[in-house]
Amino acid sequence: MDENLLTNIATATRESLPLVETQDLFLQFGKQIILNNISISIPRGQTVAIIGESGCGKTMLLKTLVGLIRPTRGTISFDGQDIQALDEHSMTSLRKRFGFVFQNAALFDSMTIEQNVAFPIRQHGMPHGKSERQLIQQRLNEVGLPNNVLPKRPSQLSGGMRKRVGLARALILEPDLLLYDEPTTGLDPIMSDVINELILRTRKRYEVTSVVVTHDMHSAKKIADRIIMLYPYSRLKPGESQILFDGPPSELEFTRDRRVKQFVLGEAGERLMEMLGQQGRGDLDSLNPHASPR
Amino acid sequence: MAPANFQSNPLVERLQQSFVRLATAWGGVVVSAIGTLGDISLFAWQMLGWMFSAKPKKETLLPNFYAVGVLSLPVVALTGTFIGMVLAIHSYEQFRNMGMESRLGAVINMSLVRELGPVLAATMLAGRVGSAMAAVIGTMRVTEQIDALISMGANPIHYLVVPRFLACVLLIPALTIMADFMGIVGGYFHSVIVLGIDHAQYLQNSREFVDGFDLFSGIIKSVVFGAIIAVVSCYHGFNCLPGADGVGRAATTAFVQSFVMILALDIIMNLMLNAIDFALWPGRSKLF
Repeated sequence: MDENLLTNIATATRESLPLVETQDLFLQFGKQIILNNISISIPRGQTVAIIGESGCGKTMLLKTLVGLIRPTRGTISFDGQDIQALDEHSMTSLRKRFGFVFQNAALFDSMTIEQNVAFPIRQHGMPHGKSERQLIQQRLNEVGLPNNVLPKRPSQLSGGMRKRVGLARALILEPDLLLYDEPTTGLDPIMSDVINELILRTRKRYEVTSVVVTHDMHSAKKIADRIIMLYPYSRLKPGESQILFDGPPSELEFTRDRRVKQFVLGEAGERLMEMLGQQGRGDLDSLNPHASPR
Repeated sequence: MAPANFQSNPLVERLQQSFVRLATAWGGVVVSAIGTLGDISLFAWQMLGWMFSAKPKKETLLPNFYAVGVLSLPVVALTGTFIGMVLAIHSYEQFRNMGMESRLGAVINMSLVRELGPVLAATMLAGRVGSAMAAVIGTMRVTEQIDALISMGANPIHYLVVPRFLACVLLIPALTIMADFMGIVGGYFHSVIVLGIDHAQYLQNSREFVDGFDLFSGIIKSVVFGAIIAVVSCYHGFNCLPGADGVGRAATTAFVQSFVMILALDIIMNLMLNAIDFALWPGRSKLF
């Protein structure tokens, strides 16, 4: 009885621990600092959207979370294990529990769609009694793709279809953590919403923890339980945190930070002037029909 | 006083400056060349580790073996024939002036099996397969396919480099033999059929002067060339810079560097093989 109790307590404690946690993550390429002391913890089952402008390091953060990029300093733990301390073999078997949906799907051009989706199975083995073909068809159907795409090559599919194949491939082994790199970028508004719905459904069906990197505010508000906004390190004042906002989407409207508001509303503000310099001001005024006559 | 005058001379100062610039530029080139060589060696070492620790998959081996062994064969055979004929065209006049045109068989065939066959097969392989390897792996890097491989638990060196290395190393001897054979046929055709050299004497001379060691040394060299092509090309693919320009540059650099390394190693290996040849058969008959 005592043993059972202890096992239950251990499981409960494990369940209450965050699935992913980073501590003082620091990443530098040459002289350029990309991430500075990022500490975040993601509880199981949560969908987190990481937003921020291009070049703020959000994709780099996503890749460091699953060991695709080694941070210069800091620790990353997945389900209580420090992933940097793992050897090649343990890391390979841990990768079964991650699914990564790449920005442009990153399907292998030399393979058919079937081979692409089957890749994780062939790498790690079949999860249970089903046949490989059945499982692949099921996953493709879940993302709304018919069986006739199986023998096709990635180049024969549209951008939206490729992205959905990428999602099916990431889902094939039912991972615990799904990472999406800009899932709606480059898609038309309808297909963007299809992808948003698929992310929501996937979460419901597999109770998966998700991290979505995006700069599409509509998508972030729709799918996320929590939004983290990163800001480019080079634009920060000394001593400021790179995370400008961390909270539920509903709180975004009440934020006082001008930079967060500017991003959420999609306003260029002072940036345009910075880029064009003073000379640009005159040109812009002449182009703007609403500018007051001089 | 003299040093002060020396320093204030503007011409000397300009010369000094340009010398410093020249030295800095050359220093930079040397340092980066040594750095690249070191990186390539580390890359090769990693690849060897993966080659012996895990068996490559059949589906990754076959397409590479096909690309190297089957698709490269026609072009190697064709260029081999031309080289054999060109050798006959160039050497004929010189040898006829000395009245030794029947020795042409020995010269052509010796040059082919020891030198031109392996170097030609390697050049064709570097151009046809090496740059394609760099471009394919480079595109995979740029389009995040290598990241996708890693994220799904496949090691990219094991998955992409080991099969290409094995294909190059194991099949380049076959390409070399093909280049040798077609070169010999081309040389024979031009010498005997076109130029009318005596057929029996031509073959007799070839048989007398070209032996198994010559053929063997050519094939040994080709194996090293194959290894260089695979390692250098895959290395440049892996370190490809983003964009179309990056992929293009990776493909070109892969060809140029592997070709330079092939010729540099050719010199070293020729010296070594000649020393072995001399040590084993000091009195072996030579051409003249």
